[in-house]
Amino acid sequence: MTAALRAAVRPRRPHRRGPSRPSPLIIGFVLIPLLVEAVSVFWPAIQGFYISLTHWNGVNPPTFAGLANYRQMAGDPVFRKALEDTALWLVLFGGLSAAGGLGAALFLQRERRGIAIYRAALFLPVVFSLTATALMWQTLYQPNGVLNGVLSAVGLGGWQHAWLANPSTALYAQIVPALWREIGYVMVLYLAGLKGIDPALYEAAKVDGASAWQQFRNVTLPQLRSVNAVVVSVIIIDSLRSFDVVWSLTQGGPYNSSQLLSTYMYQTAFVNTDFGYGCALAVAIFVLAFGVIVSYLVRAFKESD
Amino acid sequence: MAATVSPDSLAARPARARRPLGKRLRTIGFHTGASALSLLWFLPIALILVISFRSTDDVLGNGLNALPHSFAPDNYSAAWSGGGMQQALINSAIVSVPAVALTLLLASMAAFALSRYKIPLRRTLILVMLGGNLLPPQILLVPVAKLSQVFGLYDSLPTLIAVEVGFGLGFYVFVLQGFMRTIPAEIQQAALLDGAGAFQIYWRIVLPLTRPALAALGALSFTWVFNDLLWPITVLITQSKMPVTPALLSLQGQYVSYWNVIAAGSVIAAIPTVAVFLRFQRHFIAGLNLGAVK
Repeated sequence: MTAALRAAVRPRRPHRRGPSRPSPLIIGFVLIPLLVEAVSVFWPAIQGFYISLTHWNGVNPPTFAGLANYRQMAGDPVFRKALEDTALWLVLFGGLSAAGGLGAALFLQRERRGIAIYRAALFLPVVFSLTATALMWQTLYQPNGVLNGVLSAVGLGGWQHAWLANPSTALYAQIVPALWREIGYVMVLYLAGLKGIDPALYEAAKVDGASAWQQFRNVTLPQLRSVNAVVVSVIIIDSLRSFDVVWSLTQGGPYNSSQLLSTYMYQTAFVNTDFGYGCALAVAIFVLAFGVIVSYLVRAFKESD
Repeated sequence: MAATVSPDSLAARPARARRPLGKRLRTIGFHTGASALSLLWFLPIALILVISFRSTDDVLGNGLNALPHSFAPDNYSAAWSGGGMQQALINSAIVSVPAVALTLLLASMAAFALSRYKIPLRRTLILVMLGGNLLPPQILLVPVAKLSQVFGLYDSLPTLIAVEVGFGLGFYVFVLQGFMRTIPAEIQQAALLDGAGAFQIYWRIVLPLTRPALAALGALSFTWVFNDLLWPITVLITQSKMPVTPALLSLQGQYVSYWNVIAAGSVIAAIPTVAVFLRFQRHFIAGLNLGAVK
């Protein structure tokens, strides 16, 4: 019986590498999820590109406008401000969360007593929603709140601000809660990366008389290269998505001083109901994210080989 | 000289045992620094917890940064019923649980087929699906809102579930197919010889073996869906249908300057994900790394 089965199975074997030929069920297994994603993601995405070429207030039918929305964008000071703020957010939020996350991981990498508690404390904010995080910090930032209280208590009363209401501090004040939440996440990524480094490399470096800094430069950093790449894409994608904090606290204000591309897009489309221009702004975000998306996919492509 | 300045992280070497005093001092130094850092990180949470239990009179009279002079747990009942957090939590449960279950089901089906069978354009399909997940959601907001209006699906929780499932799918397929490819082909062939069909192989053999990845992704995606703000405010309009995150924003609008109630609301909003994290801590951390360390 078994021999007969084997005989039946064997002739086909040379044609395949392990996995078997797809049956209708298997094809359905691929097509159903693909269809779900096509309907909820790919089809709307194509529509989004098309809407960006129209004028549309949501009431009357859209009218084709060519590149008019993009010309408007080129001369729009708020767009420029949002672009600058997004870049600033990317550099500050990205740079500090990468550096902070790596620092925390190096500091807390060794398994020892109590380490789980320290790691958990840094990681805990990661599970909060950005909105809840933002509201917590909003309370601390109030003019009569804890932050100003601490500043005056330590004799720095002159540094007190209405942190979120002041155009010169609003953006920075909102990066802090986002960082508070991101550093624990990046730390976890780096902890896994550090764990994967072969201890023999450090032994060899020490035999060669390498200092701590040299070990870090010449062993740790090169070994973390693939984690670094992941961290960079995670950070860039998260920054371009960091809508929640700003929408919860200032909605881009005061006077667009904390306007990000994502908040400006949402405001344009859903508050001012200028859907055409809103979609054009979304396309701008897509263009900025495109490089990251492609490099992420290239890496994924190499690995799924 | 070089050896004495080397960081603690590298101290787990036998050679170090020769200097117990220095080692002990370094250990004390480490714990002092790490405790300070942890306390600093936990401080905002502690402050919010304190404020959430202060009475309104206390907060308004003595100021936000004063030491507590009152104990007012009724802030939580204000946020719970008056602020609508109760209904919001129910809505979030209605959305998050089916969304996570459906995403894992659909993604594991696709991942099973793509990892265990020779599908034409296999890699392209995986990358197209992953690419859909990497798109900035902004490009989808207007079309999704408008298409759901056209089809009469706007402002309903099932639509929100569908959107959350569709948008997350690609990432889960990518992670799960990578995981499933590590399952030895022999197991599948043995089942095949025993007369198992494709569905049985999927349901009885591959899915149970994928459990660690499913648990990790499940814990992670629960927090993602639960914490999401952008999709609910895009496809929902009725306040009583809003899940926790957008409901927290309307609570903020309803209780302007009642920082004690807003703090209580934030705590309520954070409790479910903290509970999931504490319960599934190991899966959760594994989930973060599943998607990342490639």
